[in-house]
Amino acid sequence: MAAYASILFSMLLVNNFVLVKFLGICPFLGVSKKFDSAVGMGCAVTLVMVLAVAVTWPIQQLLVAWGLEYLQTIAFILVIATLVQLLEMAIKKFIPALHASLGVYLPLITTNCAVLGVAILTIDEGYTYPEALVAGLGAGLGFLLAMVLFSGVRRRVEEAEPPEAFRGMPITLISAAIVAMSFMGFAGVVDHLFGA
Amino acid sequence: MAEQSTRDSAQPRPLDTFSKGLLKENPAFRQMLGLCPMLAVTTAVFNGLGMGVATTFVLVCSGIVVSLLRKVIPSTVRIPAFIIVIASFVTLVMMLVKAYLPALDEALGIYLPLIVVNCIVLGRAEMFASKHGPAQAALDGLGMGAGFTIALVLMSAIREVLGAGTFMGVQVLPSSVEPMLIMVMPAGGFAVLGVLIALTVWIEHRKGNKAAAAASGPSQSLCAACPLDCGIGDPTYEDCAREQLYERLDKELAEHESQKRGGES
Repeated sequence: MAAYASILFSMLLVNNFVLVKFLGICPFLGVSKKFDSAVGMGCAVTLVMVLAVAVTWPIQQLLVAWGLEYLQTIAFILVIATLVQLLEMAIKKFIPALHASLGVYLPLITTNCAVLGVAILTIDEGYTYPEALVAGLGAGLGFLLAMVLFSGVRRRVEEAEPPEAFRGMPITLISAAIVAMSFMGFAGVVDHLFGA
Repeated sequence: MAEQSTRDSAQPRPLDTFSKGLLKENPAFRQMLGLCPMLAVTTAVFNGLGMGVATTFVLVCSGIVVSLLRKVIPSTVRIPAFIIVIASFVTLVMMLVKAYLPALDEALGIYLPLIVVNCIVLGRAEMFASKHGPAQAALDGLGMGAGFTIALVLMSAIREVLGAGTFMGVQVLPSSVEPMLIMVMPAGGFAVLGVLIALTVWIEHRKGNKAAAAASGPSQSLCAACPLDCGIGDPTYEDCAREQLYERLDKELAEHESQKRGGES
């Protein structure tokens, strides 16, 4: 159990996908302006990450069994893209209420590097199937956490008046730097907690 | 987009096709595309250069192939088709790097396969290569790749020199100067990129090029801040995914409302 908790928290805090690994920067900077959309996007990414890992991990075993490891990148991106499309259709058909709040974000994450990133990462780390699922969940929740925290920071930044050249993107990146700095404080915490 | 293949634009001068990627439309600083690798691998100049060259190779090759296939690929499935072409070349690059530069493979890790989802590559395939001939597409890919490489090298040079006191692994700062470790940490990446983008906006302002500065400043962050990884990189473009999404959202909201009203009555 401690092993799973260690993976979950290290993906969530120490190796936060957005603020430490720089994956999924586009949606992080794009959808974090409003709290609601940040939560919606974060939940959608979490869902897709867990599902993507759940599907790509067995596929990797097949690729290894057939000696086709070099097809990993192509296979993963196609599977993830298909998965997201199917998921959107399923949600739209069966849970229309959820589609309004979550479904609209799904097409946007088809080619999100964070989703492909977590699929490849779990393979590189040599996780077992349950460990890989936990890692997917942790990465997604870490993305959600970063989005929610940053949407709060962003609201204050929007009202500030930085020098002209810094308006828009630059000041957003600088505030992201400060948020990332706060996440540096987590380094080592998880190792000490779970003795991994 | 049905008429996309018939819409080959007038041939611009080859030199312009190449050089626009260097400064005027620099993918990283002006179009703010490909920010993930830009932040992640720029802790050392060697890594930045390697990433830049790898991305350039994929840009040029996928540009040529997409351009050659532009009349064959039906426009409804063009994005998946482009992704397959790009993924094939990324796999090729991964094999080459693993075979000849194992140190680079080690350093770039998962960011090497992630070139597949780099917005620049898909963006150029969609915006340029699918509308121009192979020679033009290759030049455009080369220019954009060179611009991206310059941006990567510039940023990694700043971070490596300040954060580790070295350049390409060679000590440049006197050892009495304590390196600023924060520069090679994630926080330093965000901060350096923020300052560099502000600098390009400021230079445009100084040149009196208000229009260009505005286009690349706040309003350009329309695309940078757009959640849709459509990779088009131009909010005024007719296929801008954001506009399409807004249209779709409006339609769905209206539908939802009318359904609710129907249920009540």
